[in-house]
Amino acid sequence: MTAAAIDKVWRGTDTNPGEIAQSLAGLLSEVHRENPQYVPARVINLICVVDKQWSGEIANRLRGVGRYHGSRTIVCSVTPGRKTLDAVATITAPAEVERGELGLLRETVVVQCGEKHLDHLDSIVDPLVVTDLASCVWSPHGHPDAVDSLLDLAQVVLTDSTDYPDVRAAITRNRELAKRSYIVDLAWLRSTPWRERLATTFDPPRLRAELPNLCDIRIRHAPESEIAGLLLAGWLASRLDWRVKPLKYENGALTGSAKAHAHDVAIRLEVDESLKVRGLAGFALKTTTGREFGLARGDGGLRASSRNGDDRERHWTVFGASRGEPGILGEGIRQALLREQTYGPALHRAEIMLPTVAP
Amino acid sequence: MRAAAAENPLREGLERLPVHPTTLVIFGATGDLCNRKLLPAIYNLAHEGQLPERFSLIGTSRAELTDAQFRDQFAQSVRAFSRREPDKKVLKALLENVRYVSGAFDDADVYAQIAQALADCDEVAGQALNRCFYLSTAPAFFPVIVGRLGEARLVRDPHAEIRIVIEKPFGTTLAEATDLNSKVLSVFNESQVFRIDHYLGKETVQNVLAFRFANSLFEPVWNRNAIDSVQITAAEDLGIGTRAGYYDGAGALRDLVQNHMMQLLCLIAMEPPVHFNATEIRDEKVKVLRSIHTPQVQDIASMAVHARYTKGTVSGEDVPGYLQEQGVPSKSKTETFAALRLEVDNWRWAGVPFYLRTGKRLARKVTEITITLKPVPHLAFVQDGTVGVRPNQLVLTLQPNEGVSLSLGAKIPGTRMGIRPVNMEFLYGTAFMSQSPEAYERLILDAMRGDATLFTRNDEIEQQWRIIDPIIASWKRARSKVPQYEAGSQGPEAANEILLPGHSWRAI
Repeated sequence: MTAAAIDKVWRGTDTNPGEIAQSLAGLLSEVHRENPQYVPARVINLICVVDKQWSGEIANRLRGVGRYHGSRTIVCSVTPGRKTLDAVATITAPAEVERGELGLLRETVVVQCGEKHLDHLDSIVDPLVVTDLASCVWSPHGHPDAVDSLLDLAQVVLTDSTDYPDVRAAITRNRELAKRSYIVDLAWLRSTPWRERLATTFDPPRLRAELPNLCDIRIRHAPESEIAGLLLAGWLASRLDWRVKPLKYENGALTGSAKAHAHDVAIRLEVDESLKVRGLAGFALKTTTGREFGLARGDGGLRASSRNGDDRERHWTVFGASRGEPGILGEGIRQALLREQTYGPALHRAEIMLPTVAP
Repeated sequence: MRAAAAENPLREGLERLPVHPTTLVIFGATGDLCNRKLLPAIYNLAHEGQLPERFSLIGTSRAELTDAQFRDQFAQSVRAFSRREPDKKVLKALLENVRYVSGAFDDADVYAQIAQALADCDEVAGQALNRCFYLSTAPAFFPVIVGRLGEARLVRDPHAEIRIVIEKPFGTTLAEATDLNSKVLSVFNESQVFRIDHYLGKETVQNVLAFRFANSLFEPVWNRNAIDSVQITAAEDLGIGTRAGYYDGAGALRDLVQNHMMQLLCLIAMEPPVHFNATEIRDEKVKVLRSIHTPQVQDIASMAVHARYTKGTVSGEDVPGYLQEQGVPSKSKTETFAALRLEVDNWRWAGVPFYLRTGKRLARKVTEITITLKPVPHLAFVQDGTVGVRPNQLVLTLQPNEGVSLSLGAKIPGTRMGIRPVNMEFLYGTAFMSQSPEAYERLILDAMRGDATLFTRNDEIEQQWRIIDPIIASWKRARSKVPQYEAGSQGPEAANEILLPGHSWRAI
């Protein structure tokens, strides 16, 4: 199959959802008639609510997700003051399909709407989604009213806690959404390799026994990714049953402690100004038995270090390629079809750790 | 408190489970399989962050190479055969943990060097790494390497798990397989041995298990009461390419039926395991094989057919016959087509024929399992002027276009009650976004993890050979010429002779 693609396009002005749905069905039939090897993908509906002025940037991000894209993507592009609906439906097919292979179709509907439509956006989107497929809402420019209106229709909300103006707003909103929907938080997904490595480090039985001995955690994060540090600390606290309490801002860092079974665990979250991408920069852990573990970003993977009681320090690379931001969004869409149960408890502990006083 | 529990509390919720730090030792590290499959698979595991946190690779082979030269070869293999463009930084980091030992596999000094290299890897890591010996060599070396590993005391370590991965073919007869098993098991425990049948590492094959045991719809009809016959087809439109040396010694029956197609038969016929683990899955598969009688000499002509392709046309191209292929001896008696009728003689399947068919240079490439249900007991509809009511067929297509289709009788629009079959189709490619990993990626990871579910056990191998051996022996004894079929055709006419009355082969 070549990378080139064939688009079938339908455009409607002052239209309605019924007409859009009918036109899309017509386009699908037309494409399939032309080549029976073309078949529509049937994985997930992705509903995006975006501000029209930033819709180009969102389109770029969606183009970069690779294979993990919505099989039908419905983009509600919001223009202040707009009263009517315009729409463009596009079916993209691979230009060439090898003999015996399938040509998977991608369906995109862009609906131009106004703020007045957002309270009842479900009535516009409902006729456009593929019935019986999971639906995922992503609203990167806010519009909580639109998201709320879609919660009965969609099973998953894709969010990025780093997009919120502050960590409290992010955690509060996500806790609220989690009561009605499954949340996929891109800030959480960025920490997956770090969590995997922590789990791996402590997987051998002799090191697993050290988990209850953790007594000091220091997490470094990108300037606007405090939430990433809080979520990682919240995850450790929830998995290891630490009792947590609010942290405090002190000398530019967020510090405090948690209560483990037999001792206190010092927690420190600090900004790494040198990190230019979202997420974590590294962490360092200590145990009461004198062991130390560290992980930081490096070339070709994460750079790990350890120091045992004998004071010998070791460094090594944990292999793995960076997925980059488009990869993270694609991973978010993929995760919308899974159900991960540790985010909720981590978010809850992170909420308790929120500082009561602003920096 | 969770942290005190035996399980690692940090594992919960993670898709990728930790793999214990490991050193992988590949014998035959400069060979074709290693270059085309193993090294690219290891790179892809590194790229995706799936290798163990501490990982080293020691390549060993007769070729005189330095560490640097072997690393160059590794990098070239990855660039040429990886399913993705390699990330330079990941590849560089991976290669820093690669070293090479050269020498003959029967040379005790090679094993002393390997032992030293393993100890060095442990020293760098500050812990005893698990060891995984991967035999990617000609089968003749399997007993030699196993024996030398035993003599060098490399097969047991109180601080690490040690495993051996053995590529197929695992013997070419029952006697050879039994002998090899006995040699391997005189050095290793069965729990340390991972016999690769890369077919089991394919997502499509594992989907057969998901299809059967994750859907309650089919279980009520999955037996002799409702099923009339089962056909398993693995057809290829290609010839033998450059594999004449291997293929002429093996033939279609050994190449595909003894291992891959027998595995498919087992997955279709096995009872549901209580748990999805290595022991239970393999126990159930062995029960299926034990339910198949050893073919008797007098029955073989009526239950097995072999043939060889002659020149013909495939996809519009003229192609030579098997005997004209480069490297094939002119007096070869090797079959390029094999078809069998087997019966799984147990409570569930007694009386249901299982037809297995494989061949090269057939009309098209397809691997599928067709389950034909019994016809309805009474038909009230007029069938004149229509193709009529046909028994329902459930087709599991493994390649190309993996999917499931079910044929149903439906009314033809109009004033009469005419019926014709229609298909209800599901295609995996339309419902999943993921790119399937290469079979070797999954299998290497499973071997390092110690999960033997997708590997073949010794008794399984021996049961497969017990069924296949008499057929091969009978064909070898036959004085008549090997039957022929034209390249690009549906196979030999003689294949129809093993079908029970009322049955026919599904078109390839």
